[in-house]
Amino acid sequence: MADQTVHDVVIIGSGPAGLTAAIYTARANLNPLVLEGEPSSTSDQPGGQLMLTTEVENFPGFPEGIMGPELMMNFRAQAIRFGAEVQTVKASKVDLSERPFKIWVGDTEAEPTHLAKTVIVSTGAQSIMLGLDREVELIGHGVSTCATCDGFFFRDQEIAVVGGGDSALEEANFLSRFASKVYIVVRRDELRASKIMQDRANANPKIEFLWNTSVVEYVGDKKLESVKVRNNLDESISDLAVTGLFIAIGHKPNTSLFEGQLDMKDNGYLLAQPGRTATNIEGVFASGDVQDDYYRQAITAAGSGCQAALEAERWLEANEEGH
Amino acid sequence: MASENVVTLSDDNFADTIAGDGEPVLVDFWAEWCGPCKAIAPILDEIADEQVGSVKIAKLNVDDAPDTARQYEVMSIPTMILFKDGEPVKKMVGAKPKDAIMGELAEFI
Repeated sequence: MADQTVHDVVIIGSGPAGLTAAIYTARANLNPLVLEGEPSSTSDQPGGQLMLTTEVENFPGFPEGIMGPELMMNFRAQAIRFGAEVQTVKASKVDLSERPFKIWVGDTEAEPTHLAKTVIVSTGAQSIMLGLDREVELIGHGVSTCATCDGFFFRDQEIAVVGGGDSALEEANFLSRFASKVYIVVRRDELRASKIMQDRANANPKIEFLWNTSVVEYVGDKKLESVKVRNNLDESISDLAVTGLFIAIGHKPNTSLFEGQLDMKDNGYLLAQPGRTATNIEGVFASGDVQDDYYRQAITAAGSGCQAALEAERWLEANEEGH
Repeated sequence: MASENVVTLSDDNFADTIAGDGEPVLVDFWAEWCGPCKAIAPILDEIADEQVGSVKIAKLNVDDAPDTARQYEVMSIPTMILFKDGEPVKKMVGAKPKDAIMGELAEFI
C-alpha cells in the first residue's frame, strides 16, 4: 500500500548501523521507519552479518561475549522501545533525484511505497562466492557461506574453508568443533587475518593450511563429494576429498539499489564525505559496511549509524523551515 | 511465544506426525544456534495459524534428532521439507520470506 506520509527518516537495512541510527533518530522523536530486509540465509537479511555468527567477543559491554543473533535482537528491541517502526521488507527501488525521496517495496512499477525527507542507507555487505559452475545449486548441499548454520552437519567429516582473513580463520576454528579435519585453502602464501586468529588456527590440531591454492571445480552430483584444487605455483590440479566447502573470501557491498544515484568508490562501496556519512545527495546518509571497506566491524558500523542519525537530525533542523 | 498450531517434533512422534491425517506437513529443521532459523520462526507461526486445515507446521530441533536430520539429508538449516502421506514431496533450503515459502507450498496445499 502506498503511504502518503512523508517520513522524516527512512532507514534501509538493519544491521548494527541501521539499528543504531534507528535508536538515535527514535530518541530524537523522528519516528524512523526501518526497512529491515527479508529473511534469507545470506548476510543480506534482517540483522545483517551478525545473524550468521556465533559468539561475538569484541563488542564492548559484553565481557563474557554475546551470540550475534541475540545481540541483533537486542539492538532491534532497543530501537522499537523508543518508537522506531520496523518492517520486515526489502526496498526494491529508490529514487533520490528529487524531494521527498521515493522508496519502493515490492512492485517497482507501482506508486512509491514510502516518501522520506532523509534516507539512511545501511544495507551492509554480503559474502562473495567463488563463481564456479553449479555453485548455487550446491549451496545447502555441501557448499556453504554460513559455518554456524551448517557446521553441525559435518560431524566427523573432512571439510575445507576458503579464504585467508579473520572470518575464514574464525569459521575454521568453529568448524573444528564438528569436523575431523579442516583445511584452510589460501590463494597466496600469507594470511590477512589478525595475529590472534592466526595463533588460534596454528594451535588447532585439526586445522591444516593449503597455501598457494585455489578451488577450481566442485565434484559431486546432488551433494558435494570433493573439490578440485589448483596449486598456484606450479598450476597442478589435484583432488581434495571434502564433503563441505565453506566460502569466506570477503564481502561485497549491497549497493545495487543505488547505482547511478549515489557516488561509489571503484570497489562499489558507497562514497561518504571524509569523516562523515553524508553522500553526494543532501539528505542521504550512508553508514555501516555499505560505505566501509576498511574497518568492517560491528562497533564501527554502530558508530557510523550514530553519526548518520545525528547528521540526519541536524540536516532536518536546518532544512525544516522551508517546508 | 510459538503458535499453538505448531507441532514440536521428537524422534517419538516424528513418523506419526509426518504421516499426517490427509493434510500435508511442513517440517522445519532448526536449532537454537541458527540465526536464520530464528528469523523464519515467526513466519512459520503465521502460516500455521492462517493455514489451519490445509497444511500443518511442525518443527524438529536437529540437536535433539540428528539421525532424523541425516536421514533426510539435511546439510544446512533452516531446511523445510513438506511431507504428504509420510513422503517428502518438497525440500526448501535456507530462510526465505513468507511469500516465497507460500509460493513453494502452493501446488501442494
